[in-house]
Amino acid sequence: MATVVREEKIRKKSTSKRIANFITYTLLISGSFLILIPFYWMVSSSLKEASQIFKSPPEWLPTQQVKMKIDGKEYGVFTMSQGEDVLKVAGVIPMDPASETTAVRVMEGETIGAKELTVTKTALTEVRKVSPVWDNYPEALKFMNFLGCLKNTCIITFVCMVGQILSASIVAFGFARMRFPGRDILFIVLLSTIMLPPQVTLIPIFKIFTSIGWYDTFYPLTVPAFFGGGVFFIFLLRQYYMTIPIEMDEAAKIDGAGTFGTFTKVILPQAKPALATVAIFSFMAHWNDFLGPLIYLSDPTKRTLALALWSFQGEHATDWHLLMAAATVVMLPLLTLFFCAQKYFIQGVVISGVKG
Amino acid sequence: MGKAKMSKIARKEAIEGYLCIAPWLIGFTCFTLGPMLFSIYISMCDWDIINAPKFVGFANYQQALLHDFRFIQSLKVTITYAIFALPMGLAGSLLVALLLNQNVKGMTWFRTIFYIPAVLPGIAVAMVWRWIFNPENGILNVFLGSKIWPMIGFHNGLSIEKVALVNQPPAWLADPQWALPAFILMSLWGVGGGMIIYLAGLQGIPTQLYEAAEIDGANPVQKFIKITLPMISPTIFFNLVMGVIGSFQVFTSSFVMTQGGPAYATLFYLLYLYQKAFQYFQMGYAAAMAWILFIIILICTLLIFKSSSTWVYYEAEVKGRK
Repeated sequence: MATVVREEKIRKKSTSKRIANFITYTLLISGSFLILIPFYWMVSSSLKEASQIFKSPPEWLPTQQVKMKIDGKEYGVFTMSQGEDVLKVAGVIPMDPASETTAVRVMEGETIGAKELTVTKTALTEVRKVSPVWDNYPEALKFMNFLGCLKNTCIITFVCMVGQILSASIVAFGFARMRFPGRDILFIVLLSTIMLPPQVTLIPIFKIFTSIGWYDTFYPLTVPAFFGGGVFFIFLLRQYYMTIPIEMDEAAKIDGAGTFGTFTKVILPQAKPALATVAIFSFMAHWNDFLGPLIYLSDPTKRTLALALWSFQGEHATDWHLLMAAATVVMLPLLTLFFCAQKYFIQGVVISGVKG
Repeated sequence: MGKAKMSKIARKEAIEGYLCIAPWLIGFTCFTLGPMLFSIYISMCDWDIINAPKFVGFANYQQALLHDFRFIQSLKVTITYAIFALPMGLAGSLLVALLLNQNVKGMTWFRTIFYIPAVLPGIAVAMVWRWIFNPENGILNVFLGSKIWPMIGFHNGLSIEKVALVNQPPAWLADPQWALPAFILMSLWGVGGGMIIYLAGLQGIPTQLYEAAEIDGANPVQKFIKITLPMISPTIFFNLVMGVIGSFQVFTSSFVMTQGGPAYATLFYLLYLYQKAFQYFQMGYAAAMAWILFIIILICTLLIFKSSSTWVYYEAEVKGRK
C-alpha cells in the first residue's frame, strides 16, 4: 500500500514537473521571440530595396521583381489578368514614366515569347521572388565612410581599454595591498565618485579640454582613461585582489620580489578573469559611447561609428534600408565579441554584483 | 633603532602606495574634484563658454525650479518614465531570471538571447526602434493591426478602446500621448541587463534552504516568498538604485528618436541639459541643472538606503546578531 502511494507521488511529481517545464519553455521561447523580432526586422529591412520599404502593409521578407536580360535590355516579369486567365508577361524596365501604357511580351514558359501587347501600366502586377539586396550594405558603408570611422573607433576604444586596464589594475593594487596614511578615506572618496552623475563635471571638463586646444581631437576621449577613468573598474579589481591570499605576496617577497614584482608576478596572473571582465566592459563602454564623441568631435573624418550612424540618420532620414544596414554593421562587432566572450560578461556581473 | 627601521620600511611602502594610486589621485583632482568646484561656481553664473562668466547667485536655480516650464516638463517626463519603466523592468527582469535559473536544456542559449540587447550600442538600438515605431511601415503597428487578433477571438474580449487601438494603431513617436509609452516599451526590451544581475543573485542562494523547505512541505509559491525574495532582496536593492540612476541618465534614445518631441513629450532631463549646454550655450544654467540632478539622485538613493533596513535581508547581519 505504502509503495503504491509513493509511486503515485513520484508519477504525480514527474507530470507536474513536465507541466512546469512546458510552461517554462513556452514562456522562454515566446520571450526570445520578442527579443529577436527587432533584429529580424532590422536585418530584413536592411536587405530590402527602397520601394519595398514603404509597402503598406510591410512585408516580412525582402523580395525583388523577377528580371531577365535579353539583347542588352532588362525585362521585368509581371502578371496581368485577361478575362478569366492570368497572363505572365515581360516588359522592358524601367518603364517610360510619361506614358500610361506600355508594351509587353507574353511569356512562354520561362522565356519571353514573340507576341506583343500594349497594356495600361496599372493592369500589371510585379512577379516578385524572395531575394535580398546585398548592395545596400556597400552603399550604406560608403555613405557613412565606414572604414575611416571604424579605424577611429578602434583607435579610441583600444587606447581607452589599455589606459583603463593599466591604471585600474595598479590603483586597485595600491588600495588592496599597500599600507599608507589616508588609504581608507581615499577609498571611500573613490567609492562616492561612482555615484556622482558625470554631468556634474561635464561642462568644466569640456572647458578644460577646449581651452588647451584638444577640441576635435581624440585626447578628451582617451586621456582620462589613463587617470583612473574607470572608477568602477578600480573598485571591481580591488575587490577581486582582496580574495587573492596574502601569503602568495609574502612568498614572492621572500623570493626577493619587490612591490612591482609582486604586482606583475603574483597579482596580475591571479586576477586574469577579473582583468578580462574589465577589458570587455571597457571595450563595450567606449565602442558604444555616443555623448563623448558627440561633444568633442566635429571633423567628419574623425567621427566614430556611433557618431557616423547618427549623422547618417540626419542625412538619410527615410532611407530605412540603408539605415538598417548601417545599424546592423555597427552592431556586428559587439555581437561577435559577445558570443565569443560570453563567459566573461556573465562572470563580470557575478564579481561586481555579488561581492560589491 | 628597530622602530626607526620599521618606519623606514613603512615609509617606503607608503610612498609606493601613493605611487600606485597616483593615476587615480591625479585624475580625481583634475577631472573630478576641480571640475566639481568649478561647476558649483559656474552654476551661479551666466556663461556662454566664450565670454567671462558673470556671477548671478542662485538665479539659475531659481529660473529652473520656478519659471522654466521646459525644466519642469523634463522632470515630469523623467519621473513618469521612471515610475512606469522601473517597476516593470524590475519585475520583468526578475521573472526572466527566475525562468532562466532553471536547470533545463538549452538554457545558455536563452540566457544569451535575453542578454543581447544590453550589450548593443544605444544609438543603433534607438535607430532600429525608431523604425519599429514607424506609424505606417513599422513592424509594431503591423503586428497590432494584423488579422491575428480577431482570429484568436480578441475582438470580443477587448474593450472598445483596445479594439480602437487595434483598428487604428497609435502613431507612437509622432503622437505626444504615445511617445513616452513607446520609450517605456523599448526599455522593457532591455530587461536582460537587470536579469543577469538577478541571475547571479539567484545562483548564490544555497540549495539547502529549498531542500529544507520541501521537507517541511512548502509549495513553490511559499518557497518563492519565504526564501527567494528575501535572499535576493540585496540584488533587488542594487537593481533599484541602479535603475533610479539609469532613468535620470536616458539620453541617447531620446536624442536619436525624438529630440524631445513631439510637444516636449519625451524631453528627458539629460536631453534638456544637453540642449541647454551645447545648443543654447547656457553653461551656467546647465551646470545648475546638473547639480539639481545630483541632489535628486542623492535624495532618492538615501531614501532607498533608509528604507532598505525594512526590506533588504543581509545574511551576514543575521549571523552577527546570533
